[in-house]
Amino acid sequence: MLTDRKLRGTGSPNGPVPLSFLGQGLAAWVDRQARFLFLLPAVLLLILLSIFPLIFSVYLSLVRFQLVPGGFRFRFVGLANYRKLITGIEREHFLGLLASPAPLIWALAGVIAAVLLLFVIRGMVRGRSTLPAMAGRAVFALIAGTLVWLILRTLTSGGRPGSLVTTMVYVFIGITVQYWLGLTLAYLTSQHLPGRRFFRVVFLLPMMITPVGIAYMFRILANLGIGPFTPLWEALGLAEVSWASDPWGARIVVMIGDVWQWTPFMFVVLLAALESQPLELLEAAMVDGASRWQTFWRVTWPQILPVTSTLVLIRMIEGFKIIDLPNVLTNGGPGTATESLTLHAFIAWRTLDIGGSAAVAYALLFLVTFMALSYINLVHRRLAGAM
Amino acid sequence: MNVRRQLRLSLALLVATVLVSAVSVPAASSRPFAGVTVNVLTFTGPQIAEPLQRRGPAFTRLTGARINVVTVPFSDLYQKILTDLATGTNSYHAFVFAPQWMVDYVTPGYLEDITMRVSADRNIQWADIAPFFRNFSASFGGRVYTIPLDGDFQMVYYRSDQLRRFGLQPPQTWEDYLRVAQALHRKDLNGDGRADFGSCIAKKRGAQSYWMIWSVAGALLQSQGTNQGAFFDVDSFAPLTNNAAFAEALRIYTETTRYGPPDELNWDVGDSRAGFMTGRCGLSLDWGDIGTLAIDPKTSKVKNKVGAVILPGSRRVLDRRTGQLVACNSTTCPHATGGVNHAPFAAFGGWSGGINKAAPARVKDAAYAFMSYMSQPAQANVDVTIGITGFNPYRRSQFQNTNLWVKAGMSAAAARNYLGAIEASLGSPNMVLDLRIPQNQRYQQVVLDTAIAKLLAKQITIEQAMKEITDGWEAITNELGRDQQSQAYRSALGVKR
Repeated sequence: MLTDRKLRGTGSPNGPVPLSFLGQGLAAWVDRQARFLFLLPAVLLLILLSIFPLIFSVYLSLVRFQLVPGGFRFRFVGLANYRKLITGIEREHFLGLLASPAPLIWALAGVIAAVLLLFVIRGMVRGRSTLPAMAGRAVFALIAGTLVWLILRTLTSGGRPGSLVTTMVYVFIGITVQYWLGLTLAYLTSQHLPGRRFFRVVFLLPMMITPVGIAYMFRILANLGIGPFTPLWEALGLAEVSWASDPWGARIVVMIGDVWQWTPFMFVVLLAALESQPLELLEAAMVDGASRWQTFWRVTWPQILPVTSTLVLIRMIEGFKIIDLPNVLTNGGPGTATESLTLHAFIAWRTLDIGGSAAVAYALLFLVTFMALSYINLVHRRLAGAM
Repeated sequence: MNVRRQLRLSLALLVATVLVSAVSVPAASSRPFAGVTVNVLTFTGPQIAEPLQRRGPAFTRLTGARINVVTVPFSDLYQKILTDLATGTNSYHAFVFAPQWMVDYVTPGYLEDITMRVSADRNIQWADIAPFFRNFSASFGGRVYTIPLDGDFQMVYYRSDQLRRFGLQPPQTWEDYLRVAQALHRKDLNGDGRADFGSCIAKKRGAQSYWMIWSVAGALLQSQGTNQGAFFDVDSFAPLTNNAAFAEALRIYTETTRYGPPDELNWDVGDSRAGFMTGRCGLSLDWGDIGTLAIDPKTSKVKNKVGAVILPGSRRVLDRRTGQLVACNSTTCPHATGGVNHAPFAAFGGWSGGINKAAPARVKDAAYAFMSYMSQPAQANVDVTIGITGFNPYRRSQFQNTNLWVKAGMSAAAARNYLGAIEASLGSPNMVLDLRIPQNQRYQQVVLDTAIAKLLAKQITIEQAMKEITDGWEAITNELGRDQQSQAYRSALGVKR
């Protein structure tokens, strides 16, 4: 027979536990687990859509694709696809052609090496630095030094940048121009100038256009022989000049297209930052007799720095993945001059060199991660912390 | 009375039903694929896609099958087809593609063997298709896998009026080509008062440049007949890309850029054809398309001012033993004409239609019927005379019947000249077959194309380009297996020894 005591149970060292207390315990447990339960679908989805492809692509970078009777197979080749990029037949394509370093390059490299060494030593002598932090600084210095050495030797006379350095050129030069152009436009349209509302909309338009459309548009615009500006080029005596045949001419056209496409993004975020700064500070500066330049430099600039930092970080991560413009404008040519890392991977994938393509994609992932982490640790936190 | 009326009514209904059945049964049998949709994948037109799209509705009226033509950029087509087949997605039921890729689609068993269908199909008039396209473009390992829709040989086109004007002869050798190009360069060739170009060749990376270079190299590399091969040595499978002959081909190809438009390195065939049609180019290297585009009054300013010749040749050829160039004689160039070794290049091989083996049976039947319909003389003999189709002659009847071409707007002399150049290529015993070995795309579209693009952009020298191509090809061969690649190459060339 079920007694009241049995129902109440005897498990508690303090005597019988009331049924209502048990229910509360269960409810609390369910409450505690509920958050995991609610998170589970999102986590599973993330694993399925993001982590699994990431892991599977590691596997792909270690294999070679082969067509065999009845279908295809993946043959495990270890690090051969990476070796091909660093020391094999793809070396020049990926890393570029290294010029013999001139004395000036040696000197410049020496200065940079000294700065990086100082950076590591400073980290070590600071008493509160942990071992992982010191190791992080050393790894940073090593990778940054290697990249700088690669840039110096491929961009100087006798050298030729590969897809790795070309991508960095697109990112660093492109983002610098986009930022300052976007800031100038945002500053102008934040002033009480006639037509500012109209220009705010106009400046945003490039962002609405599909990247491939922009690439085709620039291909036509940049055609000196049959493009809409042909009469102008002819009048200037430039009709016989070909940007597409010159490596730097082609890279510059790609960068102009990229700047045109992405400046609106910089513009709209910086405009929001400029318009959200407290008026009191600007009025105080005006009352104190500060000039427009002083007001901008001493009041506005520090206030938009955290936004600037985030903006540059987002654009940097995005910029490393550039493909549409070089693919449509030049197919990566002339030669391999305009080929970005993503285009390099895409061309390999297009001809079913799936392992080689995955290796390039992982090199890009490594580069983006390194750049983003370095930027966050060295720049972003300081700027965000300054506020 | 009512019973009678009912009987009459029933009889009338019966008669009406019989009549309707009598009419509809034959209609149903004449539309055997009613309700079937065939997804056909090919490259972004207008060429090739245009005739498929234009003739789709007529085929639907005949058979009931709806033809849905899907297009992708040319550079993506190979991979798009293979990905669709290999992943089992099978969203496309038929493909119109380059027959040289067939080896990658047939080996895994993705393409339908249509040998029996072709044998049983009288309407296709298979014997009317030139033997080269039947036996090489359409077949693999003795079985038929595709239906030819196009015949492809590269030729040199020249402005006949301008050559007359300057007292020049059509080029017989590549040195002649350079001389003519130099003579015409910076002359006003279309009367618009602007200086025009001596030579226009599609040299853009990722486009058709890797075929153009082989059109130049062929005559220097191959002289002993088709089965000697122009890409690799048939015995050792060593690439023929690091010798004096290939260096000479690269020099000639690079030199043509001096007489080309400033943006030539960014020109694909669309650009070079437009340049030729607008009268801006004295010479061009292309497939058969320029001949028919030139007679289109909507786009051409050079109607009846165009001549075509078999690919220029060379008076010196490669001695494969020494790697040096030697003069042509009866031993070194047994197929030479007037001391010039010609090696017409069957670049690409001609667009052909294949069927996805995994498609449902009825859809496969409809897809075959459509490809057969497109290739039947009633359609094909009209399409090959229209420039925008991208289809060039490949049937005997198309070469024999000059009226087809005259009716399309070509003068009889121009038709004879145009067809003569193609027939000379087709009949050459020293024709260069395009590379048809597993993953030929990597050899040509990646390694060769990249090195040529770098050479033209002056990023590397001729010696560096040769080394890069040779090393790159060797690496792919070693990766895929030398024996397998060598066997496929010898089989494609028909080498028995």
